[in-house]
Amino acid sequence: MLILECPYCGVMADETELSPGYEAHLKRFGPGSSDQEFEDYMFARKNPKGVHFERWRHAYGCGKWFLAARDTATLEVFGTYPAQSKAPPMALQDKIRARRPDWKGFA
Amino acid sequence: MSDPVSALGQMSYHGFAMVQEIGPLGMISLRAKPDVAGLVEVIWSVIGTALPTQRRIEVAGDTAIAWMSPDEYLLILPYDQTGPALAALAAALKSQHYLAVAVSDARAVFRITGVKADQVIAKLAPVDLDSMAVDEVRRTRVAQVAAAFWREGDGFTLVCFRSVAVYVMGLLTHSAMEGSELR
Amino acid sequence: MSTRLSRGGRLIDRSQAQEFTFNGRRLRGFAGDTLASALLSNDQVLVGRSFKYHRPRGIVASGAEEPNAIMNMGAGGRFEPNQRATTTELFAGLTATSQNHWPSLEFDIGVVNNWLARFLPGGFYYKTFMYPRAAWKHVFEPIIRKSAGLGRAPKEQDGDRYEHAYAFCDVLVAGGGIAGLQAALTAAAAGKRVMLLEQTAQWGGRAPVDGVEIDGAPSDTWVNAAIAALGKMPNVTLRLRCMVAGVYDHGYVLADEKIADHTPGDGRPRHRLWRIRAGKIVAATGAIERPLSFAGNDVPGVMLASAVRDYVVNFGVSAGDRTVVVTNNDDAYRTAIVLAEAGLAVPCIVDARPSVTGDLPARARALGIRVETGKAIASVKGTKRVTGVALCMQEGEGAVLEHIACEAVAMSGGWSPVVHLWSHCGGKLTWDAAQGYFAPDATRPPTGHDGAAMVVAVGAANGAFGVSAVLDDVQAGMRTAGNGSGVETPARRKEDAFKTTEIQPVWIMPQGAGIKLKAKMWLDYQNDVKVSDVQLAAREGYESVEHTKRYTTLGMATDQGKLSNINGLAILADALNAAIPQVGTTTFRPPYTPVPFGALAGESRGDIFQPLRRTPMHEWHEQHGAYFEPVGLWRRPYCFPRGGENHAQAVVREVDNTRGSLGILDASTLGKLIVKGPDAGRFLDMLYTGVMSTLPIGKCRYGLMCNENGFLSDDGVVARIDEDTWLCHTTSGGADRIHAHMEDWLQCEWWDWQVYTANVTEQYAQVAIVGPNARKMLEKIGGMDVSKEALPFMSWADGVLGGFPVRIYRISFSGELSYEITVPASLGLAFWQACHTAGVEFGAMPYGTEALHVMRAEKGFIMIGDETDGTVIPQDLNLAWAISKKKQDYLGKRGQERSFLVRADRWKLAGFETLDGTVVPDGAYILAEGVNDNGQRNTQGRVTSTYYSPTLKRGIALGLVLGGLDRIGDVVSFNTVTGGKLEARVVDPVFYDKDGAKQNV
Repeated sequence: MLILECPYCGVMADETELSPGYEAHLKRFGPGSSDQEFEDYMFARKNPKGVHFERWRHAYGCGKWFLAARDTATLEVFGTYPAQSKAPPMALQDKIRARRPDWKGFA
Repeated sequence: MSDPVSALGQMSYHGFAMVQEIGPLGMISLRAKPDVAGLVEVIWSVIGTALPTQRRIEVAGDTAIAWMSPDEYLLILPYDQTGPALAALAAALKSQHYLAVAVSDARAVFRITGVKADQVIAKLAPVDLDSMAVDEVRRTRVAQVAAAFWREGDGFTLVCFRSVAVYVMGLLTHSAMEGSELR
Repeated sequence: MSTRLSRGGRLIDRSQAQEFTFNGRRLRGFAGDTLASALLSNDQVLVGRSFKYHRPRGIVASGAEEPNAIMNMGAGGRFEPNQRATTTELFAGLTATSQNHWPSLEFDIGVVNNWLARFLPGGFYYKTFMYPRAAWKHVFEPIIRKSAGLGRAPKEQDGDRYEHAYAFCDVLVAGGGIAGLQAALTAAAAGKRVMLLEQTAQWGGRAPVDGVEIDGAPSDTWVNAAIAALGKMPNVTLRLRCMVAGVYDHGYVLADEKIADHTPGDGRPRHRLWRIRAGKIVAATGAIERPLSFAGNDVPGVMLASAVRDYVVNFGVSAGDRTVVVTNNDDAYRTAIVLAEAGLAVPCIVDARPSVTGDLPARARALGIRVETGKAIASVKGTKRVTGVALCMQEGEGAVLEHIACEAVAMSGGWSPVVHLWSHCGGKLTWDAAQGYFAPDATRPPTGHDGAAMVVAVGAANGAFGVSAVLDDVQAGMRTAGNGSGVETPARRKEDAFKTTEIQPVWIMPQGAGIKLKAKMWLDYQNDVKVSDVQLAAREGYESVEHTKRYTTLGMATDQGKLSNINGLAILADALNAAIPQVGTTTFRPPYTPVPFGALAGESRGDIFQPLRRTPMHEWHEQHGAYFEPVGLWRRPYCFPRGGENHAQAVVREVDNTRGSLGILDASTLGKLIVKGPDAGRFLDMLYTGVMSTLPIGKCRYGLMCNENGFLSDDGVVARIDEDTWLCHTTSGGADRIHAHMEDWLQCEWWDWQVYTANVTEQYAQVAIVGPNARKMLEKIGGMDVSKEALPFMSWADGVLGGFPVRIYRISFSGELSYEITVPASLGLAFWQACHTAGVEFGAMPYGTEALHVMRAEKGFIMIGDETDGTVIPQDLNLAWAISKKKQDYLGKRGQERSFLVRADRWKLAGFETLDGTVVPDGAYILAEGVNDNGQRNTQGRVTSTYYSPTLKRGIALGLVLGGLDRIGDVVSFNTVTGGKLEARVVDPVFYDKDGAKQNV
């Protein structure tokens, strides 16, 4: 059972206060997109063993969505950051790279 | 017109701590960013305090304002003052982006008091009470429902949704039963 | 005879006798006894039967590892099966019965399985699956089902209460022995918040039994001082009878506190489940002694050497007058010494090692005890209790050298660290070949949220044996764990200088034993797994330890292999010609020992099993005989039966009365979401398939919400409140979900849009006044102009009605003249009552959700969850009129453009009327010609809603059918549960008042 720090209210939240939102940083494809683009947007999910970026909502707390960088194998949490981010903050990416030198980087 | 009725009619339970449903209590949910023009002033005039910082509650007598999220506050005031307060907010924030709605009737409010009041909460919420500041508001869950609580007097004030008031009273009663003290 | 000695017993109070019953016999023990020690003191050596062969079973151990002495405990609401006698504290009035025997413990019919043992080899269950095919169903399964399971399932509701408690600490220490106490002292001195949990009722662990001295005094003295010191520290929490059950991700720990197991009925909760978040977990969980595998090692009276010692020292109970000690290590000599010093006979110490020279053996020899080195036990004599042993050479094949009469055998195969808490979250182990155990590999610990080690094992749990080693290990462990080393390590104990002879791992005894002996060497006492079974599994190709475990059931009993695992692994490794670490261990999973369901459930039972949501009128409904149905977590009245009505009759009356005069519905559960801001209109246009931005202030519009797949997710009426405020009604179960959906898109996709939302569902009670007399009734209450002109259909108005501040929506889900009126929830009941009072003269009656459903179906209105199931798009439901053709985008638009969603042959909504007037069964399919590749009947549609219509006086249904409305007039067949068919005509789904004249008056 995880603990994640909500970047909005600063609470080190128990997983039972959170609801999961799966992969982060998806780009929405709406009308006008190709079948392939739409399929990727809807269904093609990364399932890495290692560094992963996820959406979580502090559902029982402040109600805010945030993003978390986490190792899916060791469950190490590299950091959390606001949902209003197009990409993980550089400082976080640097931290991940330091902790996981073989990480391919954020794509 | 009839008088407003709180969810449980001020039901109480005396265990190793005392549990009392209180209310009706006036509450306004205010969605606004702290830098909205006029907000600080209208809160001073309606509540009588500064805006609370992250997870804090500012209290002035029978009014208070709690930080609920970066763009949400909970105003607490006597039940019959919600109308005038909403009007004051509307007037002050007229051209600003904000949302203020009365939620007095959507909530049930409990007081848990006594020297062991914290133990009642510790059985229900995944919250480290020892690390909670005196003036901190914690939004969390109690057992299976959402709740918020803060320290007040010799205990805690706990707010939950009105529809689950019976459930929460049941939780608090079960947790406060004599013989189940944690310490 | 096992019996109570005249003196000794550090844990018992001989002045407090306690009566208890075992299998109906009244027996006596003392306060401080465990059930096991009390049984032994009454010469109750036989305590149960094994699972498969129903072999007689006696007490083997003295703690959590006990595989045999598991009991049905208590009676009635306090009955609980599978309780270990060794961890059950005795109390006056305790009742226990042995398990797994019929008709009695002494004479058991199932023991016939024992004689059939050669037909029940390892993998027996799996073999029964294979051939002959019919045998499983008709022969094996009925037999296995009958004999499966150990204790009986409780028949009554649990009479106790339970609770959870949350706790947070920097350092959680599991185990209150010397190691745990020293770890707690160390962390506490460093200022950490410490929780120290011990599963038994005593602090100190084994040290006091083993005569350990610390700082020149008996360990008891040191333990008491440590507890006194810890007890004074505000940053330390001490809990006895609190078993750390499991370590989970990110330092989450569950611990089961047995509060009132030993004081039943004293008003306290029986158990409390602690849900702890710990920064670091210190596993000071000690070690468990291993049995030795020799023929007849399951005969009652064969016990672990440490257990024999515990019973003498702790409880003043001897397992027998004459005890043969069999060992491969020095530690078991303590047992011989304790027995001799208690005045009991130790005819022989049988030591598998060729020569033994340590200090403990010297002391034993000095006490006159005969020590036979290089020897083994060839067999144990006796069936229901030990009568003697036969000795042989350890290096040989079992040729008997001599017989020795005895009542007990104390065996020791060495000690295995309790690594469970280390391993639960992935801590790795290393094999110590010299000591013959797996120990935590400090270089591969389980890690926490910060990537750092979250568990540190110390003391015997880390493979450190002897108090000096333990104390050093604690110091080192706590230093690496970053929890300070500021506490002075106590001075060494006297055994520091002890010379010992190294342990010699012995996996079978004698090493050259043939199949006849191996078939009598038990590994798993509870599940009857023998050395020969594991070897058979290996021969049959079960090379993975995980497979062998399941094939043989080794370690799968309620003790989870605490005694059997290492011995079983060693046997498997030997059979596979592999090294033990290559074979590896099975997975250690929580809980360490069983946790009652009641503790896991905590407070969640009875009235607070689940949060049931109540509207402000709930009590009124109860008082008026409502029959409730769940709608999400809400409980809503399904109908209000009157007199002798059944539910169906009540629903017919409520529909007729509403359509004929006046019905009143509690609609408070309807979701109400406020959406406000400069971009609110634009936002709602993205959320709904239709256009909400153009909705005039004061008006209402029906809207559909889809997910990105295009599937219909929710529906409801939207009201425009002011220039930048809308109120969105959601389905009753949908308010929280749709509010979260809105916030998701606002926070994560369109975060630059200026929109705020608020869920005000519970702020208001909502009352639907429905039927031809609705306006008349409201006019009587008075205060607002509710005329068609002032408040036309699909509009709303604020006002004061009968003194209540209300908002009235002219919307209808029934097809009748209808006003949905909201008042603040704290006035809800008063308003509801006022409506009923005013409605008397207009024939008002309350109606429930079933009448609501029937009336909406008669009108052909869809219901989310009936007509939709997550695979239905609005177009399937002929709702294209509610989808904007002009909008470039809305959630679900792209999804709905996918080829399979625009196909002409999708099943579409239509109405159905059965030809014979009966009601189509729920879930029925519309049959098509032929069968599919699986030989199943082809289908061309299915029913989605089906009711008896009081208005049409016949069965009506909504359903999806190939061709949809183009099929009107066709007759189709629905299947029925009994395999028959029901013919129905496809009709327009609007069965009642097609042009809406009644609602728009």
